[in-house]
Amino acid sequence: MIEISNLTRRFDQVVAVDDLSFEVREGEVLGFLGPNGAGKSTTMKVITGFLAPSAGSVAIDGFDIGSQPLQAKALIGYLPEGAPSYGDMSVVDFLRFIARIRGFRGAEAEQRVAAVMGDVALESVARQTIETLSKGFKRRVGLAQAILHDPKVLILDEPTDGLDPNQKHQVRELIRNLAKDKIVIVSTHILEEVSAVCTRAIIIDQGRIVADGTPAELEARSRYHHAVAVRLTGELDLVAELKGVAGVAAVEQDAADATSFTVLSSGKPIFASLSGLAQRRQWPVAEFHARRGQLEDMFRAVTAGASAGRN
Amino acid sequence: MRNLAIILQRELKGYFATPLAYVFIIIFLMTNGIFTFELGGFYARGQADLMPFFGFHPWLYLFMVPAVAMALWADERKTGTIELLMTLPVTLADMVLGKFLAAWALLGVALLLTFPIWITVNYLGDPDNGVILASYLGSWFMAGAYLAIGSCMSACTRNSVIAFILTVSTCFLFVIMGSPIVLDVFPDWVPQVLVDAIAALGFLTHFDAIAKGVLDLRDVLYFSVFIAAWLLASAVVIELKKAS
Repeated sequence: MIEISNLTRRFDQVVAVDDLSFEVREGEVLGFLGPNGAGKSTTMKVITGFLAPSAGSVAIDGFDIGSQPLQAKALIGYLPEGAPSYGDMSVVDFLRFIARIRGFRGAEAEQRVAAVMGDVALESVARQTIETLSKGFKRRVGLAQAILHDPKVLILDEPTDGLDPNQKHQVRELIRNLAKDKIVIVSTHILEEVSAVCTRAIIIDQGRIVADGTPAELEARSRYHHAVAVRLTGELDLVAELKGVAGVAAVEQDAADATSFTVLSSGKPIFASLSGLAQRRQWPVAEFHARRGQLEDMFRAVTAGASAGRN
Repeated sequence: MRNLAIILQRELKGYFATPLAYVFIIIFLMTNGIFTFELGGFYARGQADLMPFFGFHPWLYLFMVPAVAMALWADERKTGTIELLMTLPVTLADMVLGKFLAAWALLGVALLLTFPIWITVNYLGDPDNGVILASYLGSWFMAGAYLAIGSCMSACTRNSVIAFILTVSTCFLFVIMGSPIVLDVFPDWVPQVLVDAIAALGFLTHFDAIAKGVLDLRDVLYFSVFIAAWLLASAVVIELKKAS
């Protein structure tokens, strides 16, 4: 379990992480969201022991990262932002170095390196110098060093940044496969990724938690949750039609298409009653479907005050 | 200790995986040759010793050692690998020492490869080989002192060229510290004890005796403490600057 209590990190006068507290348990894949400069990377750097907290504490399985850094770091696999690695080494040499630092020797080290190169499909470039590799391969080298020792805690800072859609898919599959009985924290600003791999999401803004829940819960907090999209083929005053109908909060006309409307719900599903109404009154309807809440709406709503800056 | 050895090995491998080690060693040997035979008048002196060889080392190291040291930490910060390294279960002491010892070993290898000059002097005459061995050791320790300064300067910046310039300047200061250029700056009212103390901090003060073959324990101690102090400073600077 990771316990983060009252974590604060300042850079000179800037407060990057502001009194952050949360816990992550085994089996959870936590998506760490926030606009650029929200403090995602800083938080990860403190959790992994690269930066010391200005105040507060981080404990990995009971080991405090400040007072017992070696024990805590041994439990963590970390992919820093941009997946840095020693460019003048070959992939296999670099991974051997990591294996030895992680305490593996001889045949066991070789076995680990071979296994992890299989996991992230690096065999074809094993002998190549890392700096000659494409971005996707470099990212996979970074992932390989992070998962090589089968860590209990896996912390990935923007693991799919700059990858093509196929590579993104592979990395997500990998994370999903790794996640069993581990703690995974993934930072990203790609929201679809959260719905795809995470069991829980935390949105932070200006160093503070502004939302915390499962992706479904967060989607439910979107104003478009339970909303119904309607596209008409003929004239109809939808606003007047829906006046006084139970559960309807508002009707929004699409800015780009005057025949499309979104009927917002006041919290309960309204699809069934609306569809009944449409049939009874014979609305000239071309399209009629329930909308899901979008994480993006939620994200924009809670981070509206965000300013760009430090990442 | 185990991690220190792993870091040391990785660094050494890095030197020899790139042309750096080879270029360094070749230039080192060539410059040594020019200094010893052309400027030092090795043959003209007609003496079977390596005084002209060792005598130039403080000036040779002034440019050669910072070239090795400049990338030690500056590159780690520039490429971001410092974040990788410092989140591995390794202590800062292992990292600082491992990197230093790897670079020091490279300097040692370069120094050992000057052995033909030792063969030459033994062929031409009958030198005191004990003196020569002592001078080699002393020279290597002095190179370590330059390197330790370089390690600290490299930790100060993420730009290795700046690290190079800072290292050359600081080393130059320590080379000339015992010479009249520096000592004459102090006005008369400065106590002689203090001036002597400053002079005693200079490299030349300690190396002159070594070059003559007098390996005094105090000189070795001086360089050892000097190295330890600058490595400690490196560790402090790394802790302070790693985030920026």
